[in-house]
Amino acid sequence: MQRKITVKTITLLLCLVSFVSFGKNDDAAKGDKKSEIKEYIQHHLKDSYDFSLFSYTTDSGEHKYIGAPLPVILWDNGLKVFSSSNFHHGETLAEVDGDYYKLYHSKIYKTDAQGTINYDEDHHPTNVKPLDFSITKSVVMIIITGLLMFFLFRGLAKSYATNGGIAKGFGRFFEPIVLYIRDDIAIPNIGEKKYMKYMPFLLTVFFFIWFLNIFGLTPLGVNVTGNIAVTASLAILTFLLTNLTGTSDYWKHIFDPLGDSMPWYAKIPLYIILIPIEVLGIFIKPFSLLIRLYANMQAGHIVLMSLIGLMFIFKSWLGSPLSFGLAFAISLIEILVALLQAYIFTMLSALYFGFAAEEHDHSEEAHSH
Amino acid sequence: MNLLEDFSIGLFFWQTLLFVFLLLLLKKYAWKPMLTAVNDREEGIRNALDSAEKAKLEMQNLQADNQKLLKEARAERESMLKEAREIKNKMIEDAKDQAKEEANKLVVQAQASIQSEKKAAIAELKSQVANLSIEIAEKVVREELSNKDKQIKLVESMLGEATLN
Repeated sequence: MQRKITVKTITLLLCLVSFVSFGKNDDAAKGDKKSEIKEYIQHHLKDSYDFSLFSYTTDSGEHKYIGAPLPVILWDNGLKVFSSSNFHHGETLAEVDGDYYKLYHSKIYKTDAQGTINYDEDHHPTNVKPLDFSITKSVVMIIITGLLMFFLFRGLAKSYATNGGIAKGFGRFFEPIVLYIRDDIAIPNIGEKKYMKYMPFLLTVFFFIWFLNIFGLTPLGVNVTGNIAVTASLAILTFLLTNLTGTSDYWKHIFDPLGDSMPWYAKIPLYIILIPIEVLGIFIKPFSLLIRLYANMQAGHIVLMSLIGLMFIFKSWLGSPLSFGLAFAISLIEILVALLQAYIFTMLSALYFGFAAEEHDHSEEAHSH
Repeated sequence: MNLLEDFSIGLFFWQTLLFVFLLLLLKKYAWKPMLTAVNDREEGIRNALDSAEKAKLEMQNLQADNQKLLKEARAERESMLKEAREIKNKMIEDAKDQAKEEANKLVVQAQASIQSEKKAAIAELKSQVANLSIEIAEKVVREELSNKDKQIKLVESMLGEATLN
């Protein structure tokens, strides 16, 4: 009953909010703001060539950016390295060794001296995109996270030696998590015998994803784990580790799932269907990892940013605090999601490693049958 | 948003490179020493618990042993006391026997000496009687020396009477 009333109140408030805000703003200005926010969110979700903390517009209408430029590394008939400050946040062309590059929708295109962008019929640019190995904002965050993890866990590991096997210092906070990953993720899924082989990967991937997720929620807001290239890289490593360490039992399970339970001629028609499914499964498993992490983090950022954007659209005493409250609640949920996604990625990786590492005790099985 | 278009080869390259580097670095310098330390610690705790359990068992054994020893000691004391009592009784018995024997010996000796004393006394008495009789006889002889025949007759009769019993 209480719940119903609360829901009703919120609905009423929402109606009121929309009414109030409609009354205040004219539609044109609102549409403008909306597209601006949409643009902003789009921009935020993408990687960036400079580490900008925030930007503002001066009274004279000039865009000012606070942050640091990062090196751009291109491979275009030779290695080309220059500072991203040359782009002036997409406002000017960067000229290197007689070639012109333009930053257009967060991507670098090769252009002529005037910076013309040619479009095809779907309004996609047809300009050449040089191979891009730039140290982007995401790469910087990966390096920062890597350094943080290294010093944190190196310190923790050292403290064991100096303190008689008992963790000391700030790293102590992470010891239970390491033990949890060992006792509740690695050992149950992989088994007592082989888990040590996979532990370094599981621990690294867990803390890497978790820390990057948390960094994504800080005001720095770097959406690294919501980038498909990053999640793809992690998933491919899981894929490689699974299949390169696969035992003969693992491969037998894929190519001969029925085993000795029926004669070979009976298996042929079944295997025409079964084997492709099993082989597809090898690829689908890591692919699901990739998409899950990417979509979760991406969606979290979109929702959070949209709610923050709503504050500026409503611009009312009722709507803005409400969307602020919602944004706050979503932030709390996102903190949980940050941990949860790291956990799920690690858990499923461990599960796949468990499949790869499984070894049936054939003699024992033969006895029991 | 087109996913494939968003896919940045550069970021993929850096991510893979940096992650693998981080993985190898952490494996060598953090995870391995950490997990070894934790495993060692857990092993240590397990061993400590085991040895505590063992010590407890040993303690119990020791206590049982002590109890047993105490019991044995008590039994020994008991038996020693009994033995002592027996020895005491035997000694008393022996002493009594010896005393009786000694007393018997003394009695026998006394009887023997009494016999010999008696014999000596009788011999003395005999000599005394003889002396007395001689004295009497002297007196009688002196008085009756006149009548010699009578005298001799008398002495002869007297001597005849005084034959030693």
